[in-house]
Amino acid sequence: MIDSARLSSTQSSTQSSTQSSTQSSTQSSTEAPLAVRVIDLHASFGKRSALSGVTLDLAAHEVTAIIGPSGCGKSTFIRCLNRMHELTVGATLSGRVEIGGADIYGAHVDPVLLRRRVGMVFQKANPFPTMSIRENVLSGLVLTKSPRRSMGDEIVERSLQQAALWDEVKDRLDDNGGSLSGGQQQRLCIARALAVEPRILLMDEPCSALDPIATARIEDLLHTLRERYTIVIVTHNMQQAARVSSKTAFFLNGSLIEMGPTKILFTRPSDKRTEDYITGKFG
Amino acid sequence: MNTIRRRETLFAVVCGACVFVPLLLLVGMVGAVVVRGFGRLDLSFLTSYPSRHAELAGLFPALVGSALLVAMTAALALPIGGAAAIWLEEYGGRSRLARFIELNVHNLAGVPSVVYGILGLGVFVRVLGLGHGILSGAATLALLVLPVVIVASRESLRAVPSSLRDACAALGATQWQAVRTVVVPAALPGMLTGAVLALSRAVGETAPLIVVGAVAYVTFLPTSLDDPFTALPIQIFHWVARPQAAFVTNAAAGILVLLAVVASVNILVSWVRDRAEQKVQR
Repeated sequence: MIDSARLSSTQSSTQSSTQSSTQSSTQSSTEAPLAVRVIDLHASFGKRSALSGVTLDLAAHEVTAIIGPSGCGKSTFIRCLNRMHELTVGATLSGRVEIGGADIYGAHVDPVLLRRRVGMVFQKANPFPTMSIRENVLSGLVLTKSPRRSMGDEIVERSLQQAALWDEVKDRLDDNGGSLSGGQQQRLCIARALAVEPRILLMDEPCSALDPIATARIEDLLHTLRERYTIVIVTHNMQQAARVSSKTAFFLNGSLIEMGPTKILFTRPSDKRTEDYITGKFG
Repeated sequence: MNTIRRRETLFAVVCGACVFVPLLLLVGMVGAVVVRGFGRLDLSFLTSYPSRHAELAGLFPALVGSALLVAMTAALALPIGGAAAIWLEEYGGRSRLARFIELNVHNLAGVPSVVYGILGLGVFVRVLGLGHGILSGAATLALLVLPVVIVASRESLRAVPSSLRDACAALGATQWQAVRTVVVPAALPGMLTGAVLALSRAVGETAPLIVVGAVAYVTFLPTSLDDPFTALPIQIFHWVARPQAAFVTNAAAGILVLLAVVASVNILVSWVRDRAEQKVQR
């Protein structure tokens, strides 16, 4: 439905500079998040297969949780959605991934531009150590020389507000990002991802290194973020999946076993392996 | 239990001896030099040209020569070494070529310095025709310290967590944008530590400079890149070789000046490094 030109709107903004840049900043906040369709996705590292034949749909405006035991391909799966998988030496991939109807592995798609539309938050908070809080939030725009960095203060405030960190750091924006607590650092990383104004937010076990209070804050955050972004969250914590997601997908040994509304998947799973996993018989 | 204790103590004593015995030797050597040469140090020693009369001789040309050599060596070796390390670590990756180059860089770090002197004489003086001057000397020293710079820079680039590179990629940065804005600033303190080691070595080198054509008795400052030049270690070497005791005293004083130059280079680079380090908070 939505063509590839919209997927890479940053590219077009370089051609018709000022007009489209002001336009895109007002536009993208109202633009709908994009749906993702994955068809027969295979991924591997050298000879070791990580994903085999995954087909699923991720609806826009929804939080989808990916659960499964360690090594089941959860992280590999979301790294295929922003083409980070191919950055690993020896990584290969086949199948089709469509975002907003456009094939992201098409010949005309620049993965660098794609990743500006598909943000990612990692397992371990990784703020840039040489940058202040403010610089960290703006780093995506500075790194990519986005014309929007001229609106720095506004973007810093809005992104930190969205990440529920503004009130805690507004008086020390020039402090080093590393001076924050672990939970704050992770929210800083979320703010940094949001400042680029992605349509889709991928989160790879964002709370696994955090204490319960910081985890609760980030979970609260997800409830408000889903109004603006399509969110995919990988988690080891099944309670978390149940709390934050509307759909859940269960992966095992590189295959999608079952996917459905979270409530149903956790109460009446249709596959025996899903039931065994969520009742704690393995994993 | 007792045997374990005793072994523990023995081990600590042996390790402690490894620290303090060489340290005492070093202090003894420096002490001997200070005793011999400190009285000879005065302003005229620093600002005079060499002379047949030991008490009139100074090391002004050598001091200027060494300062120019260090500056030029730094200007040549640090950018080239840093860029080479960036290519090897960030772009060459695990390719066979990069590994082959890395192995050879490590080997080059162990090549005797006089061999670099011969190489410098062959390439810079003869083939490129840069003359027996300070440019050939600095280029040779740059070649000599390049492996040290590359290895140290590469180690510190490797120490930058890959999660930061991932974060850059996920934000839609190209590899060059990530290297320039995030990876190199994070690695800079370590790269500068390598620079300290490299430049300290360059200040003290004698053999390659003699081969390239530095002379010991220069009564003027170099005014062009291929004028005859000298450097502190060469001046010291020359004085030590003289039979008169007064010249050996000059050599001792010269050693003190050389130590001071090495220390100033270290302090200068460490200061730059500390400033870079303040920005990195892990």
